[in-house]
Amino acid sequence: MKKLKVLGLGILISSFLTISSIADQIKIGTEGAYPPWNSKDSAGNLIGFEVELANELCKIMNHDCTIVEQDWDGMIPALVSRKFDAIMAGMSITGERMKTINFSQGYADEVASLAVMKGSKNEGLKTMSAINLSDVSADEQATLDVLTKAFKGKTIGVQTATIHQNFLESGLMGNVKIRTYKTQDEVNLDLSAGRIDAALAAAVAFTDYAEKSGKGVVLTGPTFAGGDFGNGVGVGIRKGDSKLLNDFNAAIDKARDDGIISKLAIKHFGFDASM
Amino acid sequence: MDIELMINSFPKLLNATLITLKLLSVSLIFGLFIGLGFAILRMNNNKLINKFAYGYSYIFRGTPLLVQIFIIYFGLGQIEYLRTTFLWVVLKEPYWCAIIAFSLNTGAYTSEILRSAFQTIKPGYLEAGRSLGIPSKIIFTKIQIPIAIKQSLPAYGNEIILMLKGTSLASTVTLMDLTGVAKYIISTTFKPVEVFIVAGGIYLFMTFIIHNVIKYLEKKYGFQT
Repeated sequence: MKKLKVLGLGILISSFLTISSIADQIKIGTEGAYPPWNSKDSAGNLIGFEVELANELCKIMNHDCTIVEQDWDGMIPALVSRKFDAIMAGMSITGERMKTINFSQGYADEVASLAVMKGSKNEGLKTMSAINLSDVSADEQATLDVLTKAFKGKTIGVQTATIHQNFLESGLMGNVKIRTYKTQDEVNLDLSAGRIDAALAAAVAFTDYAEKSGKGVVLTGPTFAGGDFGNGVGVGIRKGDSKLLNDFNAAIDKARDDGIISKLAIKHFGFDASM
Repeated sequence: MDIELMINSFPKLLNATLITLKLLSVSLIFGLFIGLGFAILRMNNNKLINKFAYGYSYIFRGTPLLVQIFIIYFGLGQIEYLRTTFLWVVLKEPYWCAIIAFSLNTGAYTSEILRSAFQTIKPGYLEAGRSLGIPSKIIFTKIQIPIAIKQSLPAYGNEIILMLKGTSLASTVTLMDLTGVAKYIISTTFKPVEVFIVAGGIYLFMTFIIHNVIKYLEKKYGFQT
């Protein structure tokens, strides 16, 4: 009887093994709430730059892919606990995240910016147009000083667990009150309701919202890159999953060479954010 | 299992527990007054007043607390007219939005608990009072209310515990309560199991205290009927 049980268990396990090896199926997690990177249409289907790019990459890799939705704040834990095999959710490559997961090479640049409501005192701040925090020059420091003064004691909204939150917490912009939200939609809602004085996120997240909602949300100050803002957006993959990592890296190379990434970026962002 | 993270996050979570307790106690106090008021309205003979009180408890008991918070926080925030009135001073703050939602919610349940407690008071007690010539106001404050409170203790104890767990929804409107801070720590360490175990333990401990206080009060003041 015991032998029979062992035999049964063996058959069960081996049948699972064969199933997973026949179909080279991978699951890709995305948030579905960060337009134009990834979002949902009115019917609830996932759409956006990364959803289309994921499908293109899977075609190149010859994988059978399903794209699943996951709340942003549980994205990395869900990857680690094998709810899916890769993250494509506008997630920037940062040292902090690299402690827990691996990233493919970057496929797109995320340009971060502050936003305020039209008519705010901090609309149209006179600063440099872009700063890179990896190596802060004197001019860039002067820009940070302007921001520190302009937003002293102000409440700035960010999505939780983002590079934007890390940057505000780093103190490079001085003493600001940080309010964290579960989704970017909620940040946008509270910015336009006037509960927060400013917000920090991907510039396209604000311009997309302003365009679709008709609310007077405008960008102000410089765009940010480097430092806490990481090195572009890549595919998050579990540590140890080196085959999948290599597959994605090769597929991104191919998609870039074929101009697929540029084409999709222009379609969704209005400019070429590929990298 | 990252024991070090659990130990390190404990003081931060304990600190956030103060916000949770503040949300709980303030909402319970408001909720008790709201509940008592609506329980009295429910027993009014005027049909319209009665229906109004019933409608309130029906709506707030029949919809999820999360939906109520979202309507009060994100919903009311979208009404431009409201933002020009003095109400915005209160509604602008996530703390007060949470308090309003929690108070109205627990008020609805409390009104039902108190109403049923009032209605189970044996008519003999009131008749005894009346036959002694005690004015009805005194009968209400000295006989009906004390008995109703005793009757409703077990059910109200449950309501306190439910509300304690309900306060975790405050984290959805940017408040850094126990759940909010737990989520924050997870967002930087990516270790949900460890942090939620500690946070869950703190909730469990608070429930344990509330449960025993109510049990003690029941023993001391309650009576078997």
